[in-house]
Amino acid sequence: MNVPIRRLLAVVLVLFALLVGFTSNWSVFDASDLEAKTENKRPLFEAQQIKRGKITTSDGQVIANSTKSGENESYQYLRRYPQGSLFGNPIGYSFITQGTSGFERAENATLTGEENEFVSIIDQIRGQQREGSDIVTTLDSSAQQLATDQLQATGRPGAVVAIEPSTGAVKVMASTPGFDPNQVPDDLDQFNKADPSVLTNRSIQSLYPPGSTFKVVTAAAALDSGAATPDTTFDGSSPQTFSGVPLSNAGGEQFGTIDMRTALTHSVNTYFAQLGESVGAETLLDYMHRFGFGKDPEVQLPDDQMAASGILTPSGKSGYKQVDDGFDLARVAIGQGGQEGQVLSTVTQMAEVAATVANGGKLMKPTLIEKVVDPDGRVTDELDPEVQSDVMSEETASELADMMTSVVDEGTAADLAGNLGGTTFAGKTGTAEINIEQDIAQPWFIAFAPVEDPKIAVAVTTDPCAGCFGGTDAGPIATAVMNEILNGG
Amino acid sequence: MSARNRELLGLIPVAGLLIAGFAAVFVVRKDEVADASLIFGAYFFAICLAAHIFLRIRLPNADPYLFPLVALLAAIGLVMLYRIDESLARDQANWFVVGLVLFVLTILFLRDYHVLERYRYLIVVGGLILLLLPRVPGIGAQVNGAYLGVKLGPLAFQPAEFGKLAIVIFLASYLREHREVLVVGAKRVAGITFPPIKHLGPMLVVWGAAMLMLVFIRDLGSSLMFFGAFLALIYTATNRISFVIIGLAMFFVGAWFFASTVGHVGDRIDVWLDPYQDANGDGYQVLQSMFAQADGGLFGKGIGESLLWAPGAKETVENTLIPQVQTDFIYALIVNELGLFGGCGVITIYALIAARGFKIASLARDGFSKLLAAGLTAVFALQAFVIIGGVIRVIPLTGVTLPLISYGGSSVIANMVLVALLLLISDRARRPEPGEAR
Repeated sequence: MNVPIRRLLAVVLVLFALLVGFTSNWSVFDASDLEAKTENKRPLFEAQQIKRGKITTSDGQVIANSTKSGENESYQYLRRYPQGSLFGNPIGYSFITQGTSGFERAENATLTGEENEFVSIIDQIRGQQREGSDIVTTLDSSAQQLATDQLQATGRPGAVVAIEPSTGAVKVMASTPGFDPNQVPDDLDQFNKADPSVLTNRSIQSLYPPGSTFKVVTAAAALDSGAATPDTTFDGSSPQTFSGVPLSNAGGEQFGTIDMRTALTHSVNTYFAQLGESVGAETLLDYMHRFGFGKDPEVQLPDDQMAASGILTPSGKSGYKQVDDGFDLARVAIGQGGQEGQVLSTVTQMAEVAATVANGGKLMKPTLIEKVVDPDGRVTDELDPEVQSDVMSEETASELADMMTSVVDEGTAADLAGNLGGTTFAGKTGTAEINIEQDIAQPWFIAFAPVEDPKIAVAVTTDPCAGCFGGTDAGPIATAVMNEILNGG
Repeated sequence: MSARNRELLGLIPVAGLLIAGFAAVFVVRKDEVADASLIFGAYFFAICLAAHIFLRIRLPNADPYLFPLVALLAAIGLVMLYRIDESLARDQANWFVVGLVLFVLTILFLRDYHVLERYRYLIVVGGLILLLLPRVPGIGAQVNGAYLGVKLGPLAFQPAEFGKLAIVIFLASYLREHREVLVVGAKRVAGITFPPIKHLGPMLVVWGAAMLMLVFIRDLGSSLMFFGAFLALIYTATNRISFVIIGLAMFFVGAWFFASTVGHVGDRIDVWLDPYQDANGDGYQVLQSMFAQADGGLFGKGIGESLLWAPGAKETVENTLIPQVQTDFIYALIVNELGLFGGCGVITIYALIAARGFKIASLARDGFSKLLAAGLTAVFALQAFVIIGGVIRVIPLTGVTLPLISYGGSSVIANMVLVALLLLISDRARRPEPGEAR
């Protein structure tokens, strides 16, 4: 009987080999498919048990942290946002069922410790759970608070972005109306339906006509390409006809033959329309791209929560596409345009324009991260200023800075001149026409200070209003924010 | 080295595993597990040593590897149960004491196990009654649609665990007596050897019993396990592969028939083929098992580190993410925490036990001993295959326990008796004949 007994053993071994095969399939070969199944709640459950890193402002205020609830093995972490709605945009939220948005989503890997996986073999032996890294942002809590308060005081939706020119550190990114991320688990549906939208980050996700603030871009292109010098003159009379349509200066103001400084100081539309035409579409577009137009800002936010500024034409459902010819160059040069191509910009993009002029022509890559600290307290990443592009020469930048200082000293922003105490600053107003008959316009102000050694660049806009003017409706917000950052209020 | 010293040496890895496993759980859950609970490990190891000393005295020639392998499985089971809930480990350790008492009693009182042959009809009737007991109204209990449990007042047990011993003892004895006629009387028709009609009867009875189990117990796995053991025995007894093929064909025809008529059996098969069709209902269990294995990967999450409960859930044995994780699905937890390597390790131990069991069968000197050893080994190995296979979707899910690892007194006690019988056969087989030089 020993032969059949040996064969029986062989049969048993074959059956067991089958078990090994199936176990290998589920645990290794097919594991990633199984983990991706919607029926599989384990990845969700596991995410609930990871201690997400803390997000703080540069001055140490906690924007988001995770608190543990439950005991023993079935514990979970819940995200809390102690600052309420103040940082709802841009930080966003992170909840298991509602998902993740904003900075929380863009930096998910860091915050959940995904990149610490290799280190964590030691942690596993020590029996420690995966833990995310903390992020110290570049955001300044008091300036963010002030910007938000000031925007809310206007009663209109709006946005403020403030960037440190030499590093690209984003100090303020405010958008009103906002939302309190703590209420996302209960009220996300309401937030989605809110009008005006509260989930939209108006500082980087919304596109507005930048109006005359865009003249800085046109001037930079003209000066740096050699198409013009500060002394180049054009006729400043109003109206003048461009593309067969008359174009006026603000308030129909008349100027004689003027140079660029005078034109920028008083925001003369007819001058810049001619300057734009002398620069040419190709060169203007080239400089726009150097400033960052044409693509999303390079800050740490999700792509679908940013918009690319540029010369745009409506395309598809509530979307835009970039155009590179066929637009009305004269009107584009003054930050407007028509159906065939209109300048539209995010507030962040215009803040980058101001920061570039402030930083001697070099655009620093904007960033929200000051440093990353891993669970063991090691600093694993630190802000290392990076040049995003060489937009213009230092000489051009200094000429432009000089002109923008005139705007504040004697031009369209003269009313703001004393707002920073003794500190001189440079700026440019923008009042983009939305409806000429009803005098409805979008107010803008971009600025940087101090002129001699710029520490902060800022851009502000709010939704259009009747009789709005950049110098009075956006300017004071910008100077208040700069004052807060430079002088601590 | 003597057999018993080899056995003692074999117990060293068991001790190591126990210490490492309990220490791992202890470290992970130090805030909730009392220091005193570490004593379970020591307690279990002490009874293993006691059993070893007993074997030294009573069965000095028995196979030296079988007992350490069995202890190893038990140790893995204890560690996993300790990880789920320390009270489970305490119960299980107590069941092992009871199991070892029966192990010792079996060895003491069945020193000549051939007496079993005399009572074979009594044994088989008892065994069949045991198998059908769960269907008796009032005491039978249905778990997941299958009738495998019995509840008599405070005492709950799985009679099939004992039934399998009875059936194997009967078959070994019956086939020892009739194997010659089965072979000699066989006829060849169309190239296939058929057993003689006269002796086809008993085969049909066993087939009928297996089908009856399918209908009454409603568990394809136990049915497969019993019928598989029967085929293994008939093959060992006759060396006729055609008998096995005929038997398998009959089994699958019957199984197919009942699967399409008995709702529960059919459901199990549908879920086996596509668990996603009813992911929150019938397919839930096996999907949780697969997801847990996927979570484990090559090396596993580590003992005590897997997600046993959903976050926010109450930490009770009834509430685990993998249902019945302490009994039917313990293999899924092993793969989850110890990975593919851990799962293969467990399967390897079963394979080694099967190898030792069949070795004992081939060394045995008489027909009954050979058949009994082969039958016990086959039923043990098949039980492991059927439950692991169900948990990892090789076959439809069944309700038997993972021998010596799953939580449960019946399983522990019955399998300790099975091991005792194997050791008895082994001791007799390896005992030097009088006058034989060794």
